[in-house]
Amino acid sequence: MTTSSSPPAARLRPNEAAGRSVFAGVGRGLLYVVLIAAAVLQLLPLVWLLFFSLKNSQEVFSLPAFALPKHLRWENYENVWSQGNIGRYFFNSVWITAASVALTVLLASFVTFALTRMRWKLRPAVLGLFMIGMMIPVHSTLIPLFLLFQKLRLIDNQASLIVSYTAFNLPITIMILLGFYVALPREIEEAAVMDGCGVNRMFLRIVLPMTGSVAVTAAIINMIYNWNEFIFVNTFINSDSLKTLTVGVQNFVGQYMANWGAIGATLMISILPILIVFFLLSNRIVEGIAAGSVKG
Amino acid sequence: MEKVMSNKGVIALYVLPALLLLLGVVYVPIVLTGYYGLNDWDGIGRMTFIGLRNYERLLSDDVFWSSAGHSFLFALLSTVFLALYMAVALVLSGRIKGAQLLRKIYLIPMLLSSVAIAQLWLKVYHPTNGILNGLLESLGAEETPDWLADPAIVLGALFVPILWQYAGFYILIYYAALKNIPASLTEAARIDGANSWQVALRIKLPLVWEVVKVTIVLAVVGSLKYFDLIYVMTDGGPNQASEVMASYMYHKAFREFNYGYGSAIGFFLLIVCLAATWIIRRLTATKDPIQYS
Repeated sequence: MTTSSSPPAARLRPNEAAGRSVFAGVGRGLLYVVLIAAAVLQLLPLVWLLFFSLKNSQEVFSLPAFALPKHLRWENYENVWSQGNIGRYFFNSVWITAASVALTVLLASFVTFALTRMRWKLRPAVLGLFMIGMMIPVHSTLIPLFLLFQKLRLIDNQASLIVSYTAFNLPITIMILLGFYVALPREIEEAAVMDGCGVNRMFLRIVLPMTGSVAVTAAIINMIYNWNEFIFVNTFINSDSLKTLTVGVQNFVGQYMANWGAIGATLMISILPILIVFFLLSNRIVEGIAAGSVKG
Repeated sequence: MEKVMSNKGVIALYVLPALLLLLGVVYVPIVLTGYYGLNDWDGIGRMTFIGLRNYERLLSDDVFWSSAGHSFLFALLSTVFLALYMAVALVLSGRIKGAQLLRKIYLIPMLLSSVAIAQLWLKVYHPTNGILNGLLESLGAEETPDWLADPAIVLGALFVPILWQYAGFYILIYYAALKNIPASLTEAARIDGANSWQVALRIKLPLVWEVVKVTIVLAVVGSLKYFDLIYVMTDGGPNQASEVMASYMYHKAFREFNYGYGSAIGFFLLIVCLAATWIIRRLTATKDPIQYS
């Protein structure tokens, strides 16, 4: 792919090397075309979504797919926001996501500290339980969880969502934190213990603040998962006013069968927060996703 | 120091909240699913213990086997496509300008909810106004397919948005792993006269094999439990032509209120996922994993 680099090419006879570099140049050009085409394919459906969210029903059918109307129908956004419960769903998504993320990262930090820095017998077994937890399909727990929450009167209560999100995201969160905690220097603990500092103080005052950056990465990954979660909300929540954006949007869109502008605007509102977070923090997200799966 | 760092009370305080949550919400329910699967139960009346009868019924349930077949097909296809993602990552991790930007663009669909993706692709596939049929018509096609209503093509039509959703995720993981390879190793091979193909296949691929193993497990298990997008786009239809294991379980349990049978399917799904993980680990095991860091 990068045959024009010097060492191998330098060994070839001059005319051969020239032939190869032309060939490599064409090959490289072709690679760029393929890579950029793939990027366009990834973006195209989203651009189309943006376009039809700004059209009225008639324009969706009469105008070409990638043409905007003269008058952009921003009122689609106003209408879906004011008519339906979108604002309510939005607020529910925000607070449920925030509460679950905070709880998950905090609990995972405690466990990761104990798993990596402290000495105890059951450590490998507990680590194993958390790691296997990642492979367990949500559907294999859904019926008992539904019945359990019913008994606890937590059906149609958002606490059931926060509890489930936290439990199911602990494994991946611990996995992201693990590498960072392992790499912390021993000297920190030694110095802290020498100074007569207890474990709690050491963890809360010294270790936790040091792990801020990896905790933020883990929090972002959690945020994406929780914001997009569907099956638990769909199963545990009945009242419309308690639903999150994912499920709310699903129901809301159902009412607007033919009104593409309204559907487009609703979908745009539901994906916009994630897109904004991505534009602001893309490096963190990229790093977090890589860390969560590579350091297995 | 030793004493402080092995204080049992502190360990319990740090580990138990998360561990109890994990046990209560993940592990206890699995055991219960296994138990419910041995009963005939509608969720309201009395449970009747019927032993393995649900599983016997499962074995002769054609719809279940076809939905399991669809899940396995998705798992197989997802794994095959990993090779393509690896190829893209190999190219990107070479001297490509804009590699950072490209891999971020590839990742965008993965950040969106499966519901939003499903709703968007319902529009893409719309028989009269979707961009896909619009494109086909502008290319001169006289008859355009109704992608999601035709049992012969619905699975393929569902697989495309799944690819669209996850491609960037795997490319990103491979890219990160390839970037971790010390330049000295590939440079040494080049000086010895290896070409790009040889460097990629003989040097880079073995070095990132541990990561490839993880992604195969992720792709297979992820496909086996796939649900959201299919539930929204086709709900297993038309006529159960796109039913998968998770959607079949959901229909049996939460539409037909057959909790016993639904639990048996859910438990089967669990066993399949864990077995797949174990088998893949065994098949892809290397005698001595290569260490380079």
